[in-house]
Amino acid sequence: MRDVAEPPRPGLWPVTLRAVAFRAGGQTLIDGLDLELAPGALTCVMGPNGAGKSLLVRLIAGLIAPTEGTITYGSAGAPAKNRIAVVFQRPVLLRRSAAANLDHALKTYGMPRAARPGRIAALLSEAGLTAQAGQAARLLSGGEQQRLALVRALAAEPDLLLLDEPAANLDPQATAMLEALIRRASSEGVKVVLVTHDRDQARRMAEEVILLHRGRIAERAPAQAFFENPKSPEARAYLAGRLLL
Amino acid sequence: MIRYLTVLTFAFLGAVPALAESFIVVQSTTSTQNSGLYDAILPQFTAASGIEVRVVAVGTGQAIKNARNCDGDVLLVHAKAAEEKFVAEGHGVSRADVMYNDFVIVGPEGDRAGIAGTSDAKAALTKIAVAQAPFASRGDDSGTHKKEMALWTAAGVDPTAHSGAWYRETGSGMGATLNVATAMGAYALTDRATWIAFANKGGQRIAVEGDAALFNQYGVIAVNPVRCPNVKAEAGQAFIDWLLGEAGQSAIAAYRRDGQQLFFPNAR
Amino acid sequence: MQDFWAALAQAFALILGAEAELVEIIGLSLRVSLSAVAIACVIGLPLGAVLAVGRFPGRLALSVLVNALMGLPPVVVGLTVYLVLSASGPLGVLQLLYTPAAMIIAQTILVTPIIAALTRQVIEDLSGEYDEMLRAMGVSRAGMIATLLWDARYSLLTAALAGTGRALAEVGAVLIVGGNINHVTRTMTTAIALETSKGELAMALALGIILVTLSVIVSACVMGLRASAARMAYA
Repeated sequence: MRDVAEPPRPGLWPVTLRAVAFRAGGQTLIDGLDLELAPGALTCVMGPNGAGKSLLVRLIAGLIAPTEGTITYGSAGAPAKNRIAVVFQRPVLLRRSAAANLDHALKTYGMPRAARPGRIAALLSEAGLTAQAGQAARLLSGGEQQRLALVRALAAEPDLLLLDEPAANLDPQATAMLEALIRRASSEGVKVVLVTHDRDQARRMAEEVILLHRGRIAERAPAQAFFENPKSPEARAYLAGRLLL
Repeated sequence: MIRYLTVLTFAFLGAVPALAESFIVVQSTTSTQNSGLYDAILPQFTAASGIEVRVVAVGTGQAIKNARNCDGDVLLVHAKAAEEKFVAEGHGVSRADVMYNDFVIVGPEGDRAGIAGTSDAKAALTKIAVAQAPFASRGDDSGTHKKEMALWTAAGVDPTAHSGAWYRETGSGMGATLNVATAMGAYALTDRATWIAFANKGGQRIAVEGDAALFNQYGVIAVNPVRCPNVKAEAGQAFIDWLLGEAGQSAIAAYRRDGQQLFFPNAR
Repeated sequence: MQDFWAALAQAFALILGAEAELVEIIGLSLRVSLSAVAIACVIGLPLGAVLAVGRFPGRLALSVLVNALMGLPPVVVGLTVYLVLSASGPLGVLQLLYTPAAMIIAQTILVTPIIAALTRQVIEDLSGEYDEMLRAMGVSRAGMIATLLWDARYSLLTAALAGTGRALAEVGAVLIVGGNINHVTRTMTTAIALETSKGELAMALALGIILVTLSVIVSACVMGLRASAARMAYA
């Protein structure tokens, strides 16, 4: 997706979490977590409800600050603008047309007005939404809305794409279309972190799996190893459908 | 949207200063305006002089205060003592009589105080107080209110001691007070011009008239340009000269409502 | 009741007659009130949005103040503006007293807190929905305010409508600073006050009926616009 001739942008990598804890309401939701993310494999973050998956996404994205510990991006304490993009479980689209949503995003990302229409058309086509360009974004189907949210995130040309259960509310067909878009982004060099509680989706998508349990990383392993030969008792329990919070 | 609103705003504002090149502001009383006098005579002056007259009609007390703040070029009110004080304090150039009419006491059909048809204002007020018959007062420091208070004092009654009981201070203009009197069946002191022109008389009628003490003199004063540099002294004086001259005096005399003359010119 | 039917008949006669004087009075009312609302929007919309999403000390106190000012008595505003614009007041040199401009100033002061307070509420609600997404996109705070204002535009119409209602209906402020001068500063409401004081109750009521009709038309237009926006999922 990115022009190869473009000079490499200064370091987002590695994204490093050191002893990160997040507490709220007297509860420890993320508990001394260490994690390092580097470009490459599509990483699925899994775990039972309440394991801290969504919090982890928000911490990495810089939307919330950790109660303890540090998160660094290369040598910087905060991610550079537009380097990390997020897609949430429920797409939050502006009360405008599909095309206007993308226009707003491109304007935010600093693209000059004249360059935007061409880029909008390309993004809509990528999402399979060319025919819906002028429609109110909020009247699109769930799958269309999520695809729009995804290309809006990709429009920033991020290095890291964080997806928080983006297919949770979608039917199988819509899920398949969304997954195709995600795979394509990953193959074009965007580091994808996909939060999902859907084991089938993880089997289809993941190259690497992180299992979160009670705010800690219970296991991190290549996908095949994780699914076929899980090391930790939590992973074995989880895959057997027995791991609860 | 903000851009659009801004454009809209200036479009509106741009339309606002469509003001006449030459105009004066006259601080005056509700009685002269409500009677329709100004609507009748001012166009004649404007036609003759090219000067538009903008009347701000409030109670005499407030008109004098506004003029004291320099917010007017000419003062035309009816409270001689207050007017002379205004001039003596240097706020006005000089005072001249313009016209007169008289006050009347109006009252309900039932006439609880038994004053209908009499002509002694002092005695009538005493009777109202004794009967504790409802009385609607302006209570607003207007010319009419000042006159009413003077009459009470002459009658030796302090009606404000009964305020809220039979004595009701409306704190409003003449018309509003007459509306209250009509609704309550109360007595009230009013200038004759407002009364004749008043459309909501209900069962009210004139009870007392013809007392010399009910004389109602209107005076005109040019606001002092030395005190108030913004005053349009020349145009203001032109209006006063016209008002006191033959044209203005005969215009006042010619104004009638229901065949009755409301104001009697008496400039000297 | 007799007065009421007479008033209704008179209102129709007035409208059908379309007398120049009535047209002038309605025109001035609309010009003054809509100008005041437009200026109040220019001030109140950003102010309300800043109060909703801004992060600065005193924000809460300012919100409380703006809410309280929604109930400003028109007469107090009129008196204050009179004292400021009076020839002997600090801005007397502008010679704005007894002009439509003075009335617009007074009504702007009356309407701005209403627009700002309602805007704050609307933007706060929408911000709850948008905040995380906009921050994730790296939208600046100014960009956030612009985005929220634009996306809330149809809800904000209701705020402007509330302001218009207040402006069109108030008489206390415009009477004092405008002076109810015939052909210059006489609006619907001051004309109603004048007719009442002349005892012409039917005429006053007839003007009142026309004023209410105007308000109904204005709010019907706004509600219609909102409804069509809602169908488009834009509101």
